[in-house]
Amino acid sequence: MNWEVVIGLETHVELATKTKIFCSCTTAFGGAPNTHCCPICTGMPGTLPVVNRMVVEFAARAGLALNCEITRKNRFDRKNYFYPDLPKAYQVSQLYLPIARNGRVPIQTEQGGEKVIRIHELHMEEDAGKLVHDPWADQTRCDYNRCGVPLIEIVTEPDFRTAEEVVAYLEQLRSTLEYLGVSDCKMQEGSLRCDVNLSVRPVGSETLGTRTEMKNLNSFKAIARAIAYESRRQIELLEEGKRVVQETRRWDENKDATFSMRSKENAQDYRYFPEPDIPPLELSEAYLEQLRARQPEMAQARRARYQRDYGLPASDAGILTGQKALVDFFEAVIALGAPPREAANWMLGELMRRLKEEGQEPKSMALTPGTLAKLIGMVSAGRINRNTAVKVFRAIFPDDGDPEEYVQAHGLEQVQDAGLVERTVEEVLSNQTAAVADFRAGNVKALGFLVGQVMRQLKGKADPQAVNRAVSERLKQPEN
Amino acid sequence: MKITPEMVDYISELSRLRLSDSEREKMTGELEQILAYMDVLNGIDTDGVEPVSHIFPIKNVLRDDVVEASFDRAELLRNASWADTETFLVPKAVD
Repeated sequence: MNWEVVIGLETHVELATKTKIFCSCTTAFGGAPNTHCCPICTGMPGTLPVVNRMVVEFAARAGLALNCEITRKNRFDRKNYFYPDLPKAYQVSQLYLPIARNGRVPIQTEQGGEKVIRIHELHMEEDAGKLVHDPWADQTRCDYNRCGVPLIEIVTEPDFRTAEEVVAYLEQLRSTLEYLGVSDCKMQEGSLRCDVNLSVRPVGSETLGTRTEMKNLNSFKAIARAIAYESRRQIELLEEGKRVVQETRRWDENKDATFSMRSKENAQDYRYFPEPDIPPLELSEAYLEQLRARQPEMAQARRARYQRDYGLPASDAGILTGQKALVDFFEAVIALGAPPREAANWMLGELMRRLKEEGQEPKSMALTPGTLAKLIGMVSAGRINRNTAVKVFRAIFPDDGDPEEYVQAHGLEQVQDAGLVERTVEEVLSNQTAAVADFRAGNVKALGFLVGQVMRQLKGKADPQAVNRAVSERLKQPEN
Repeated sequence: MKITPEMVDYISELSRLRLSDSEREKMTGELEQILAYMDVLNGIDTDGVEPVSHIFPIKNVLRDDVVEASFDRAELLRNASWADTETFLVPKAVD
């Protein structure tokens, strides 16, 4: 039998506000345990939450960018459960009236087509604290620094059929949220986390199979591998005549497999009810209009502009605009006067290569736009040739070194002395009589060899085109 | 709605309450009375009436996104029934 995999995603995104959702404690990552806390976020009795204006703005702007309908009359609800990561024994969330619903996110499919992923809803909620289970004593330590950090949860319809579609959507989502500036979307720090709901059904079937929910997916690679594993597991179960149990499963990166999590009894009975401590939140049309007017130029629009105005190929423009860190870097380099195509070539070639070698993300690299702009400037001024520039770039990339200093320290400056070039050409030609004879006999390849010899003599520091010209000129002269 | 002792057990477990037999019996009766009152409310015609989750005529109570100093940790932890110098402590609670 042929099987179809059906996937829906729940993505939690930490908002890049300075303070928590209901109190003025900092959201800064890290910090000694419980030092970013106050009576509100530690759930002390008698405290009252006050909503952070910026959380509403970021959530609404994310909703608008994902083509959602924005809920004009908002309300918060309590999701009740006893687990010490939430000191209040409930999470303030939005169940009945989420801030945004019915969105659409277009993604590019493998086949080069476009597919629309429907967004079921987007709601605001608070993050939970971190628990450390003591391995030696019967105790759990609670650190509430993350408790009350604002989140949006974005829930899709079960519209994905492959891991590639899921990754394409997440890349699109990440890029959108980064362009908006509503989240830094760092998966390693947990500011973008994903739960994958997956079921399988015979091809052609209209009813959904029993789904499992996978947690602990903290990279795009883990998500793709977990989807491959879990689809295989469910198909095998069904083909053996067994059934899939609806449960939460944890992805284990090291074992490359998903494992059933001991299900908390009655865990699904959250007994939601309206949060009485927070008055309703009404968003006016004027407010939404003002947010719409402030939306930045998103990836798609910028991609088109780069193709149109800078003549970049679609694929190059796609890579540059795919990540906010890259696009910001690119814009900064050209703002410093570098020709756009040149800047794009450097970024898509050497810069991407170095990132890959160092295992780094664009947003965490040390290199600054000023450094690349300077290097490009040195090449176009003829101070160093392109090969030398690549060497310099590779060396200064990790610590954002100064290309000028590096070139001086290593004596890489291009030979500007035309006399020296001429003398070297003379010397090489008189030594390489065989190659010269070859050339004169009609073997054009010998020219390349001779140019190479001159470059070698000059330790690669000459302008190859100038050397080429000089050698050609000299060979045109009659033999003496 | 008829409240059974099993329903009371379920609710008390969700609420992490340990009830004695006599308390359970008492709760069963009280919950039934409360739900009977809900039936009275359900009988009222509320067509065209907007649901209210907040009784005061206020909305959009918001604060600006400005960091203020957090609370003194030692002071916060003094409110806990169990703590060390850095963290709140609870009996081991593995998910």
